[in-house]
Amino acid sequence: MTRILKNRILKGVVTRNIGPGLSGEIETAGLELKSLIWKRFGRSLNIREVDTGSCGACESEIISANNPIYDLQRFGISFVASPRHADALLVTGPVSKNMLIALKKTYEAMPAPKFVVTCGDCALDGGMFKGSYYVEGGIKDILPVALHISGCPPSPLKIARALSVFLQKGAGG
Amino acid sequence: MDNSEVIAGIKKKFPDIGALSISQDYQDETGIEVDPRAFREICLGLHETLASPVMMLFAVDERKERGRFVMKSVFMNFRSAQWIIVSAGIPQESPSFDSLAKTAHSASLFEREVREMFGIEPMGNPDTRRLNLHDEVWPLNSYPLRKDFKEARGGVAGEYKFGRVDGEGVFEVPVGPVHAGIIGPGHFRFSAAGEPIINLELRLGFTHRGVEKLFEGKGYLDAIRLSERVSGDSSFAHSLAFTHASEKIAGVSIPARAMYLRGLFLELERMYNHANDIGGMAIDVGFSFPAAYASIIKEAILQLNERLAGNRYLKDVNAVGGVLVDMDEAKRQALLYSLKGIKRDFRELVKMLYSSVSFMDRVDTTGVLRRKTAEDLGVVGLVGRASGIAVDLRRHYPGIYGESGFKMAAQESGDVLARLRVRIFEFQESCRLIEEFTGRLIKGDRVRVSPGSKAGSALGYVEGWRGPVLYWLKTDSAGLIERCKIVDPSFHNWQALSYAVLGNIIPDFPLCNKSFDLSYSGNDL
Repeated sequence: MTRILKNRILKGVVTRNIGPGLSGEIETAGLELKSLIWKRFGRSLNIREVDTGSCGACESEIISANNPIYDLQRFGISFVASPRHADALLVTGPVSKNMLIALKKTYEAMPAPKFVVTCGDCALDGGMFKGSYYVEGGIKDILPVALHISGCPPSPLKIARALSVFLQKGAGG
Repeated sequence: MDNSEVIAGIKKKFPDIGALSISQDYQDETGIEVDPRAFREICLGLHETLASPVMMLFAVDERKERGRFVMKSVFMNFRSAQWIIVSAGIPQESPSFDSLAKTAHSASLFEREVREMFGIEPMGNPDTRRLNLHDEVWPLNSYPLRKDFKEARGGVAGEYKFGRVDGEGVFEVPVGPVHAGIIGPGHFRFSAAGEPIINLELRLGFTHRGVEKLFEGKGYLDAIRLSERVSGDSSFAHSLAFTHASEKIAGVSIPARAMYLRGLFLELERMYNHANDIGGMAIDVGFSFPAAYASIIKEAILQLNERLAGNRYLKDVNAVGGVLVDMDEAKRQALLYSLKGIKRDFRELVKMLYSSVSFMDRVDTTGVLRRKTAEDLGVVGLVGRASGIAVDLRRHYPGIYGESGFKMAAQESGDVLARLRVRIFEFQESCRLIEEFTGRLIKGDRVRVSPGSKAGSALGYVEGWRGPVLYWLKTDSAGLIERCKIVDPSFHNWQALSYAVLGNIIPDFPLCNKSFDLSYSGNDL
């Protein structure tokens, strides 16, 4: 216990301490996001993530967006365990045939109003996996997609920014 | 015992197998071509003599050139740092071979894969269910890895049959494919009576994307990019195994500087994943402060990766003949400086975990994978080393690791704590190796241009953070890929998870799972 306390004090607040250029950007992107989420979603945006055949790099970056350095949660974005709790569905991967039913069912289980965000180049049109015998290729042909975050994988900062810009445009609300 | 002695021993053991055609294709790789009727005997003989699991078992479609399929089986001869590849031609009409699965369990999943992908029947394999091509969405008699495959539509009626446990009070808990966390998809079917798990069956394949087929017809440049996207947390290990195979075919020996740079990036990849998993184990027992602490370490390494290689996941670094990024003095200083901080933080993380009685109580004797079980299932890599299987390609196939005095992690108890200890040891060893490698970075080329494309085949291998990543590659005379077989260590180790959790309670499953931390996409391909 004392060790945890000691490290807690010694480590300080890493969220701001990661280098001046970078942390400034996180703060601006994040604060915009926070005010928009307050307005449109009543304080919080709950996201359910579904992997439809991604390599795992997008997942790693989404998890990183929740680490103490980027800490998306302080702006009101949380990742939830069930589609029934979610406002938005965040989909990664090129849609393997095996995941098609699971993806549709997850979307159907979400209460309206809801919207879909795709993350990573595979989710746009299949990316490197386009044309494979087992890939549907692109989520937009299966579900209505409101926003795409490009990148292979998109960095945590990019994920936060893209959401912010998107909410500003007024879509999805 | 080197390969020639092993083969002499096999000949003695089976005097009436007929002629073997032996080819020493590369210094570390011996090929044996056998009659298909002797394929099973020879493979089982090697399996026993070498104490090697069936590291790879796959088919190649050579019907167009030679009117046959070829079965290939790869064994590791770690005592002499060599590999043995057994091949047998299979006639194209109603193709089949004798199954190894009843004696060598590590062949079982490979045989099911060959069956669904090529339609070659493993005679005598008790399990004929398909692995990656799920019945719900894929018709029967469509074999995507055959060269003449065009397209297929529709599924098969009926439900996937899970093993069933019957009895009073036994109930099933189905989990997945969509899980509660931010993680890949897979289906777990628990049978439990009260709290303890009495059976766990996995159904994977949900991230199957047809990767091996996509490799076919590609040139090296595209193929390297694809290999980096097979399993996102091992992108460097995968591209390294791929380039290793292609360099063997092209006959390029890479410059020393590139070897050290590769070693350095490989260890960085190991470090961020180990930090991630140690944090994951902490969070799965609800110990959130060390988990957050570990994620700070992981982020520091990812940012270091970006600084050094221009990419957080070390993509676009490898090329056939060397590496595309170099290390100047500024980068070297940045690396050593970051490493110092990372080491200090990691020491604190370890102290916090080891000094927490409740954490240690949760991980000690949880999820035990016994050595015998691990050997029978052909478990490899990190999970194997935690259960007493002392094999690490970095030690047995040394290269730059031998010069740097590489020390292998080894644990006996096979529980979550043992896997944690292996990770902690390896993390610290990686820090040391990176410092060594940085010191040995002599001036020189970092990439050597390959002398043009060549037809051939070779095995590429590398000890990624989970274990050995293997690529068997065959190219045509234009240098385009004809067949690429990939084996991620996850493919060997997933089955072991269902044994490790037996007798544990379902709430401990996430902890056991995290202590293995296997790749969905690397397994499903």
